[in-house]
Amino acid sequence: MPENWDVIIIGAGVVGCAIARELSRYRLRIGVLEKEMDVACGNSSRNSGVLHAGFTYRKGSLKALCCVEGNREFEVVAEELGVPFKRSGKLVVGFTDKDRASLERFKAVGEGNGVVGLELVDKKRLNELDSSAGGEFAMYSPSSGILDPMVYTLALAENATQNGAIFLFDREVTGISRRDGLYELATPTETFTTRWVVNAAGMNCARVSSMLGIHGYTIRGFKGEYIILDKKAGVFLNMPVYPAPNEKGGFATHATPTVHGNVLIGPDSYVTEDFGDFSVTKKQMDGLVTDGLRMFAQVKREYFIRNFAGIRPKLVDPATGEILDFVCEARAEAPNTINLVGIESPGLTSALPLARRAVALMAEKEKLLANPAFNPRRQAAPRFGEQDIEGKKKLIREDPDYGEIICRCETVTKAEILQAIRNPLGVRTVSAIKNRTRATMGRCQGGYCETRIAALIQEETGCRVTDVLLNQKDSRMFSGRVRE
Amino acid sequence: MEKKDVIIVGGGPAGLAAAVELHKLGITDILILERERNLGGILRQCIHDGFGLTRFRESLSGPEYARRFIDQVVERNIPHLTEAMVIDITSDRRVTVSTREGILEFQAGAVVLAMGCRERTRGAVGIPGNRPAGIWTAGVAQSYINLHNTMVGREAVILGSGDIGMIMARRLTLEGARVKAVFELMPYGSGLPRNIQQCLEDYGIPLFLSHTITDIKGRSRLEGVTVAQVDENLQAIPGTEKDWTCDTLILSVGLIPENELSLAAGVVLDSRTRGPVVDENYQTNVAGIFAAGNVLQVHDLVDFVSLEAENLAGSVARFVRENRLPECGIGIRGDSSILHTIPQRISAASDFVLSLRVRRPFRNCEVRITQGGKTIKTVALAKAIPAEMIRIPIKASALSGTGTLEVAVL
Repeated sequence: MPENWDVIIIGAGVVGCAIARELSRYRLRIGVLEKEMDVACGNSSRNSGVLHAGFTYRKGSLKALCCVEGNREFEVVAEELGVPFKRSGKLVVGFTDKDRASLERFKAVGEGNGVVGLELVDKKRLNELDSSAGGEFAMYSPSSGILDPMVYTLALAENATQNGAIFLFDREVTGISRRDGLYELATPTETFTTRWVVNAAGMNCARVSSMLGIHGYTIRGFKGEYIILDKKAGVFLNMPVYPAPNEKGGFATHATPTVHGNVLIGPDSYVTEDFGDFSVTKKQMDGLVTDGLRMFAQVKREYFIRNFAGIRPKLVDPATGEILDFVCEARAEAPNTINLVGIESPGLTSALPLARRAVALMAEKEKLLANPAFNPRRQAAPRFGEQDIEGKKKLIREDPDYGEIICRCETVTKAEILQAIRNPLGVRTVSAIKNRTRATMGRCQGGYCETRIAALIQEETGCRVTDVLLNQKDSRMFSGRVRE
Repeated sequence: MEKKDVIIVGGGPAGLAAAVELHKLGITDILILERERNLGGILRQCIHDGFGLTRFRESLSGPEYARRFIDQVVERNIPHLTEAMVIDITSDRRVTVSTREGILEFQAGAVVLAMGCRERTRGAVGIPGNRPAGIWTAGVAQSYINLHNTMVGREAVILGSGDIGMIMARRLTLEGARVKAVFELMPYGSGLPRNIQQCLEDYGIPLFLSHTITDIKGRSRLEGVTVAQVDENLQAIPGTEKDWTCDTLILSVGLIPENELSLAAGVVLDSRTRGPVVDENYQTNVAGIFAAGNVLQVHDLVDFVSLEAENLAGSVARFVRENRLPECGIGIRGDSSILHTIPQRISAASDFVLSLRVRRPFRNCEVRITQGGKTIKTVALAKAIPAEMIRIPIKASALSGTGTLEVAVL
């Protein structure tokens, strides 16, 4: 670990990881400090996984510019990083005249932003596009897509690591001071000295901004809950189905297929003061079913697998409550810092465009030297479940661990679990294995495979049974051995 | 592609009993496919006793019960592959298996589905709250403690009075954990009365009926749950909430037959059992594909799983020899008092055993089976509860060749 860093990025969400990846094109000592135990523990993984087209954002706004730019390039990005992606298209459906007016308005906004292919469709065409979708008419957005936000963030982080960036987890930045032209970042265990600081702290962006000496930002947490449906429901849904947006461009509960074949119902939206509260509630769950059924006919209890919640960190004008644009700035009062504030939806789509803007702001201050070893490609390990029969045979011939299926619901083999435990970021929690392999994500929710994964983590890392963590720092799974 | 007369998917109690019985009937070209390292299925982790009271008239542990069948498989040299996961079955009975040695493909004369069941999860029942470590289904906790020498926690509450949940209440207590209470949504226990006595009452663990969990606290490790009483519509009653501190929550909220492979083969499922629709031969809608045990219907006792699989063996043997079985064109329908019946179709030409569960508890009741208004059979029962399967033998001689069989509890 270097004693002096060139850049420290605070936050390993999708934006922090994208910045780390884009900065790794240059000869810099890059560190990423993350308070949680893995990447994408906040809103980067707690969203619908949609590559947005950009038809609800004000023309010329950073949201509109980054979203459209990020949308256009994603085939290339997905190919480079080896991540699943589908340009599925999206339906924004309406029922009333008011909805129709809304769709017409946002079609015009989208066209103004450079979104291509937007089309108002009647009920017949709507049914052809997706026979399970609700609504009487719709706006069809062919350039919208779906991706796995967790895997995308991981891929950015792993590619950054390949190119020399260093990720450090369980390092919450508690204070920032500036001395002799360098920043000192305090964490509970160590102090980091760096020339540059990037604030990509997501939910905590306003707090970190204040630590940098940039005051006055107000973040409001808009919490939303989701229900995950079984792949048995997924076969009915071709593309995301959203209700017509409200006047501010906000969407209510929608139905979104995932790249893996499940369906997400949500999110709803309510304000929360507690930015760490990802609990779900009966009232909201019931509401998701009612609202979800308007979008997608297969919201049935027999398909429910799991619930989760996310919190969108919206930058607001505290006087009016108005939701403001993304901020990506280099301010004079905090030299050598890049400050990203209020990055919420469409943050996933916008991550790389925002990262390029952050790099450009740095490049205005100093000449960045190309990293000659930079490789933009990340090789994803083959997935047994996605191979045809000959591909499966070949994998097992090369490594018999591919023949041993650990997670039955998602067809994940021992070979894939071991690769995940040996991941380049060095994360060893049970959730890390889940997020890297999909093991435990199926309908039995780990009923068959969790015991095996816990055993493999202990075998591979040599850790004690009491040191096996579910996800967070103190999330110990086990209290000890039954018999020593 | 290698041919086999019968491929049995699953080496648990159903698969083992079917294999041994088929062998006794002279069908020896059998292959049992088991994904685990050892035969025995879920019985391997059921180290408590009480198995075999009906079948062997003695109380055995799960592994002892399984051993009786495994010994016969070994003595008879019945072929079996372990660490072999079936990944596909087609409607023309081609079976694809993944093993460390490679992918194996078989053409089966008949396929016996014996995959058992899985546990209903937190997500499926939609329990609100946080998502910390320390929440497990009862079977997973049982596996950690009994097979992986791993203790899941020190202070537990249990949601659901399913049998495995109650057995885990006792098991955790015996291993030094404190089990504070069992909460059951329904106004009656969902497991067997003997388990309420032997696993809860004998250890002073209270069972609260008509209660549910309305919140889960703790962000990293479980810190407690909020429990409320429910009304007759099973909705939490505001004002009755009470907090319980605990580091472990065990869920015993139902079992679901494991039918992913059945669906791949085109087998039609019953929305009530969530297992295949079968006829009196335990044959599904796909010719030559049969099902028995918990993959067909969740059983109360393993003894009946074995019996069901042995009954199935006779039909499978006949199918292997004759390549067809008699038409079963007569349906069986339960009224609103009946949760489900097995089989769902019969020929009326053979004797069969009707198994069923009631939807709610009854006292001093009568199960009545009628056909076209004519009473075929009545069975008087002092009590009938959802936790216990009811099995009624029916003689073909009592049946007519047409007309749906109607089943009701009065």
